[in-house]
Amino acid sequence: MNNLLTLPVMIPLGFSLLALLWPRRATPVGILALLATLLASAWLTWRVSGNGPMLLALGGWEPGLGIALYADALSSTLLLMSSVVALAAGIYSTGYFRAPGDRARFWPLWLLMMTALHALFLSGDLFNLYVTLELLGLSAVALAALGGKRKAVEAALRYLILGLLGSLLFLAGVTLTYAGYGTLDLMKLRDLLAPEPVAWIALALMISGLLLKTALFPLHFWLPPAHANAPAPVSAVLSALVVKAAFYLLLRFWLEIFEDVVTAFAAWLLGILGAMAVLWGSWRALRAVRLKLLAAYSTVAQLGYLFLFFPLLAALPAGAARDTALGALILMALTHAFAKSALFLATGVIQQKAGHDRIEDLGGAARALPVTVFTLALAGVALIGLPPSGAFLAKWQLFSAAIATGQWLWVPVIATGSLLAAAYVFRILGYAFAPAEGVTYRIADGREELPALILAILATLLLGFGSVQLWEFVTPGALAAGEAP
Amino acid sequence: MILTQLIFGITGGLLFAIGLRSALVRESLLARILAVNISGAGVFLALVAIAYRGLEETPDPIPHALVLTGIVVAVSATALALALRRRLEEADDE
Amino acid sequence: MSFNSWLPLLIVMSSLVPGLVIFLLREESHALRTLLNLFGAIIKLLLVGLLIWGVYHAEVIETRWTLAPGLDLVLHADALSVLFVTLSTLLWLLTTIYAIGYLENAPHRSRFFGFFSLCVTATVGLALAGNLFTFVIFYEMLTLATYPLVAHKGSPEALRGARIYLAYTLSGGILLLIGTIWLRNIAGPLDFAQGGILGSIEGLDPVVLGIIFLLLITGLGVKAALFPLHGWLPQAMVAPAPVSALLHAVAVVKAGAFGIVRVVYDVYGIEFAASLGLLTPLAVAAGFTIVYGSLRALSQDHLKKRLAWSTVSQVSYIALGAAILGPLATIGGVVHLVHQGLMKITLFFAAGNYAETLGIHKVSEMNGVGRRMPGTTLAFTIGALGMIGLPPVAGFISKWYLGLGAVEAGIAAWILPVLIASSLLNAAYFLPILYRAWFLRADDSLALAGHRERTVTPPALLWPPLITASLALAAGLFAAAPYSPLEWAQLIAEREYRQ
Repeated sequence: MNNLLTLPVMIPLGFSLLALLWPRRATPVGILALLATLLASAWLTWRVSGNGPMLLALGGWEPGLGIALYADALSSTLLLMSSVVALAAGIYSTGYFRAPGDRARFWPLWLLMMTALHALFLSGDLFNLYVTLELLGLSAVALAALGGKRKAVEAALRYLILGLLGSLLFLAGVTLTYAGYGTLDLMKLRDLLAPEPVAWIALALMISGLLLKTALFPLHFWLPPAHANAPAPVSAVLSALVVKAAFYLLLRFWLEIFEDVVTAFAAWLLGILGAMAVLWGSWRALRAVRLKLLAAYSTVAQLGYLFLFFPLLAALPAGAARDTALGALILMALTHAFAKSALFLATGVIQQKAGHDRIEDLGGAARALPVTVFTLALAGVALIGLPPSGAFLAKWQLFSAAIATGQWLWVPVIATGSLLAAAYVFRILGYAFAPAEGVTYRIADGREELPALILAILATLLLGFGSVQLWEFVTPGALAAGEAP
Repeated sequence: MILTQLIFGITGGLLFAIGLRSALVRESLLARILAVNISGAGVFLALVAIAYRGLEETPDPIPHALVLTGIVVAVSATALALALRRRLEEADDE
Repeated sequence: MSFNSWLPLLIVMSSLVPGLVIFLLREESHALRTLLNLFGAIIKLLLVGLLIWGVYHAEVIETRWTLAPGLDLVLHADALSVLFVTLSTLLWLLTTIYAIGYLENAPHRSRFFGFFSLCVTATVGLALAGNLFTFVIFYEMLTLATYPLVAHKGSPEALRGARIYLAYTLSGGILLLIGTIWLRNIAGPLDFAQGGILGSIEGLDPVVLGIIFLLLITGLGVKAALFPLHGWLPQAMVAPAPVSALLHAVAVVKAGAFGIVRVVYDVYGIEFAASLGLLTPLAVAAGFTIVYGSLRALSQDHLKKRLAWSTVSQVSYIALGAAILGPLATIGGVVHLVHQGLMKITLFFAAGNYAETLGIHKVSEMNGVGRRMPGTTLAFTIGALGMIGLPPVAGFISKWYLGLGAVEAGIAAWILPVLIASSLLNAAYFLPILYRAWFLRADDSLALAGHRERTVTPPALLWPPLITASLALAAGLFAAAPYSPLEWAQLIAEREYRQ
């Protein structure tokens, strides 16, 4: 049954090749692949929730020499999340990409990216992580440059170079780790790592690489152009999933593998950078002229919130409060993934139908594209963190942890960030609801609007009301590297 | 043995640092792509140094596997970067 | 789950579901929309009837749902929530009828009624909230639901007014949130309990409790238009009349005032709050607002703006009642929740009628209006007299009890002058209107030239103000009857002070 672990990786990989070889039928192949992957991820999650973490040594090779796949509550949750978002964005793209040439180029790359993403979530050793990280970066860059517009290519190229640097930093860290401890297996490393210079430098290198890929302030400058100029479904996945993959690695390393090595000071540093990301990103989003640029800067800000959790988790002693904070972190990441992808998809609809995405010229959108504007509103509610979204509960816990640990510094940061987010969301809505004369919109496509709407509903309603299950699933021993069943 | 490893390792580290700096600072795209490659070469050199177990023993295969993978990745990434750069040039000519 | 645990949820859903369906309706489906609106309102009214019966007989009616570890969404019915829910439901029904008439031929009615229903859902939700967590959730949802209503016309002034509204209410919301989370952190999950719970918890730092109180009251005070947080209210007058009616009588300002009452009585407990010295600043703020609002109302010529400032002043009576120690003041403040709602909504309905039928927006244009629109002006008169505090309209009862409560608490020395000054100011800005309306000749040159096709107020616009005016009168005349607002307020006070 552990062979189940290979499915979320093999299915998109196989179908990617199929789409490449059979370009005429690329779209049905792609959609089928995404559906199958979603089923596999759901099944995997269900098994993990019932039986605990799963481990598979590929080919029977022992971990250390061979590739190990590992799924616990955290990785299977993120796996499920990425399958859902990818499927929704995939359905959306059937309406977005009309020309057969575009479709033939899109689907193999899309499925390749899903392969890399899922393999990353399921990796059990550093070697595999490096490979999947690179694969993810390359396919994301190729997708971002799809369409060939100058701005998109320029931004994608910069993303590529910086991504490569990040991976090299990561690899340098892996090198040092191997030099110091003689193994690449994550579970063994967890026991071996000790607070000493080798570990510190290795951690610093790897974290730097990952921070670059997560676009934490001040290493965020590549993100807004790349996400704003990519095609809409690509932007959705870049913001919702790709940066989250790097963040997931950071989380794993910080909380689990390098648990004994990290210092409170380093956690505080991450928190400060996160706070600056929240404020700077929200401010830039408020000043943005284009909707997609606003969404990209909003991603920078929202990722900053995730980093605020680090000093809090460092200060909370192990127990219920810490578990709750951890669950809130994951909930925040999930809500953002759904809400941001919904936002980008909705923006794509507007861009297609109106020919532009300038915020000030959005007048009349509410009447012409009611479903899309509603999606924008729902996604916006989740980004601000208003009830009943999942982000509200997550922010509640964030405030609560900050107050409980006496780290009052974060309270005004979160409050200001939320108010700024409200300002930029309602700015969009204000313009969208303004009446406009003589604006023509083409009729909107159900294939495009519906996935966006469903994603937004997930963020704002489902996660708001149904997240207790998430907490129960993820927290008791969520990140504990368990034994294989 | 340690000396050999140290020499190659430090050289690798220096190459890594030089490449890193150039990639961040230089303006020209081609220069930056090359710098990334040099940086990568530095890491690979360090890995090879780690694999060395003395003249008598066979070297450790795991870092070698990492290097090989890294080279493949570097080549593919460089190809992609150059293709994108070519595309940019074409766009400029239009 | 028994019926009692479904009842609060059903009451909330009874406006949520029709609201969501209305959003999906096409603009032309008038009949279906009207049907849904009225159907929802009547169902809600019936359910609320059951609720009243249940609470009167001290049954436990509660819906509970865990949203996160340690955070429960609780809908709980006690005497205070029943008071507010009944008011909201009744006035929603009447305002819906009014809005149907007012917005005839107006664009975007599906949108309007959709958000209208959401607004009532949020109001009822916070009325039934059983702890601060639930209250905060519905409080924020109220902000979200009312923003599109304020911005409905889509004009630059409407958008500007809506933006200001949003800035104030969201900022207040964050303060309320932080205060709530802080309190939750130090005192555990606080379900509302009559008599308050904080007094019985050991080891709480009074200074911290004071700061939290400040945060909570400030957050709530924005919606309750407590000075100096009231700035959004006059700006929100750009909304269509049914919205102003709902906002000022039922939903937003009452939510803030209701929240203040909840915090003082059911979280802190009135005696505990008094012992911490928290009541005096609140009373001062409320007293100041009462006088300040009335003073500003004097100088307004625009009728709705005058009524807006009057609201600023009147809602603070409720806060004042909460801030004075003693059951009589409690009764006065709590019952004013209902009385002010009835009276103010009458006035706003009337103002809307004047604008729709005769194109009158300003007080100076209201000469002789009593002759042309006798029904509306009669309703207006009753409402105005109630505001001034003249018996037998209900406003007199609230002021009477507040005054008695001040005497009981020993602070009559400065409270009574505030009450008297307020009544005098009310008279100063309402009596001239009445005089103009009934006793002066209409100035034909003003505002009537070629205006509307209808110069007769349609029934949908005429009956709601008449009904609310009669209710305001009845609440005063029959205050001693069972199930009257006054009797209900006495029940609340009795249960509060029993601890």
